[in-house]
Amino acid sequence: MYRYDEFDERFVRERVAQFRDQVARRLDGSITEDEFKPLRLKNGVYLQLHAYMLRIAIPYGTLSSKQLRQLALIGERYDRGYGHFTTRQNLQFNWPKLRDVPEILDLLADVEMHCIQTSGNCIRNVTADHFAGVAQDEIEDPRPTAELIRQWSSLHPEFDYLPRKFKIAVTGAEHDRAVIKAHDIGLRLRRHPDTHEVSYEVSVGGGLGRTPMIGKVVRDYLPKNDLLAFLEAIMRVYNLEGRRDNKYKARVKILVHEIGVEEFRRRVEEEFARLDGPSVNADPAEVARIADYFKTPDYEVLPATSRVLEATKAANPAFARWIEVNTIPHKAPGYAALTISLKPVGEAPGDATSDQMRLVADLAEQYSQAEIRVTHAQNLVLPYVRQRDLFAIWQRLGEAGLASANIGLITDIISCPGLDYCALATARSIPIAQAIQHRFADDNRQKAIGELNIKISGCINACGHHHVGHIGILGLEKRGIESYQITLGGDATENAAIGEILGPGLAAEDVPDAIERIVNVYLSERAEGESFIENVRRIGLAPFKAAFQEVAHAVA
Amino acid sequence: MAAAPKRVPLPAILLANDLLDGDVVFAVTDANGQLAWTRDPALALVASDDPAAESLEAFAAAELAGNRVVDAYLVDVAMETGQPVPRHFRERFKTLGPSNRPDLGKQAGDGISAGQRV
Repeated sequence: MYRYDEFDERFVRERVAQFRDQVARRLDGSITEDEFKPLRLKNGVYLQLHAYMLRIAIPYGTLSSKQLRQLALIGERYDRGYGHFTTRQNLQFNWPKLRDVPEILDLLADVEMHCIQTSGNCIRNVTADHFAGVAQDEIEDPRPTAELIRQWSSLHPEFDYLPRKFKIAVTGAEHDRAVIKAHDIGLRLRRHPDTHEVSYEVSVGGGLGRTPMIGKVVRDYLPKNDLLAFLEAIMRVYNLEGRRDNKYKARVKILVHEIGVEEFRRRVEEEFARLDGPSVNADPAEVARIADYFKTPDYEVLPATSRVLEATKAANPAFARWIEVNTIPHKAPGYAALTISLKPVGEAPGDATSDQMRLVADLAEQYSQAEIRVTHAQNLVLPYVRQRDLFAIWQRLGEAGLASANIGLITDIISCPGLDYCALATARSIPIAQAIQHRFADDNRQKAIGELNIKISGCINACGHHHVGHIGILGLEKRGIESYQITLGGDATENAAIGEILGPGLAAEDVPDAIERIVNVYLSERAEGESFIENVRRIGLAPFKAAFQEVAHAVA
Repeated sequence: MAAAPKRVPLPAILLANDLLDGDVVFAVTDANGQLAWTRDPALALVASDDPAAESLEAFAAAELAGNRVVDAYLVDVAMETGQPVPRHFRERFKTLGPSNRPDLGKQAGDGISAGQRV
């Protein structure tokens, strides 16, 4: 993991002192709420429905045991004993008091964490594949790139007041687990077919919200050394040309759409050519220093398959099923990357109690090199687990209600906090997720359905990524009541796609029926081995629309 | 001249978030007959006519300027069993707490039993 140097430490501590002073001035009346609001937002403090909310950055979703324990402590001491992991690999506390926030920021600084750039019109927390460094399909670990961008973009004076917020995601694998095509900039590490050099495919202009768009490739193979200069060129074009007169049209996706990707690319290349690359790009020695923090850990030499694991699986079908669903093949023989589901049936997706955080921190320390990852799907990952240790981990997770075997299945629902917490939301999300989870709680049924991603947002801002859900659910207000619009065919992977609306909005209580009918169409129409999304692509929307209309008509 | 913002239908109550805690608070008449804040929605002062609503609006402006609360606004209510209940579902959640966590928020007595008046 990356560790703070002297500069990082001082920078974060100074920021905490600044905010402590800003809070004091707010309280003594020296500054008004209008003046204070942008300052608190720059430190991750929002005012939500019931209380303040504090958003903490978890760069590229990587946490140490020590950091997770500190989050547990903060949750217990200053919040209500739990936290919420988000689709941007952040953690949000829902009930902090403004008076306590400087103390919380100090506690975060003690473990090299902060809330800087988790809000505001700047380059936000950089996200990455949660299986970085361990996935078998990986070309190169994306975290050194993400860390380099984090350092370059933190308080970057030129890009601190952009037209709107700006999100960057990085993946180093064939299979996109970082939703890069739904980000303002998506970077994919790939090998050049001729030179075999690792370089970047650069996409720009993806994003969800009220105008969902899939990012367009502006460079197929950017040499790694040119990364920061090329990013600077993109940011300059956006900073200069992005609209500032209308916040709904201010994201880079609108600029790319309005002038066309060819023209956008031309302007970026022109700016890139004009830049003094060597003065902008990172010193190779610094890049190497950063990469060193992410080098492969010391793995034990183990057989590819653990006999202990095989024996325990044979003796325990529930454990075997959990292994099948919640682990992925690992680069290192005899190891596994394990996803811990934060989606037990009936709980709020992404929520973890302080006790649960402590347990995961302990397990990571004991079994996974003291490292945890946060996924964009609101789950946690232990990336370096010996296969022979999985049974012990499973037993301890089970005691804490964290052993759900549902990763990638119908109950592994992404959900924003919705109107239960969020001041922007127009409808609730969590109760919809819970109702669907209850409807499909049966493990065998989930297994029979197979991979199916449901994503729910409580408003048009799409924090729940509903546009790229195989089934997306968008909560809106219609004539004074909550109404839910359902989309189908979205995809968050390398085959990124925006889902299409099936029909009129439904009342909350009718959503599980509609989902069930959609799933039943798939089960009756699917070909051998065909997943839900493959089936939707093959047979088209018409059969699903017909089934959906039956629910819509029945309740109209 | 900018048009005056349209007032919500009456009857209405005034709610806000406490500046320091973020907790939802409601305007109430205190023992001295002065406007003050309470954390208990059941005690919220109900404005049924324009002069009463104007009084709440003036109180909101003064309290915002005095840095005691943020995000103060009038909410239209219906009277149910003698207590004001917001008509809109958003504000109902705001006066209750998260619907998925009955153990949190006003519905759990949060901030109410600790002291009804600020």
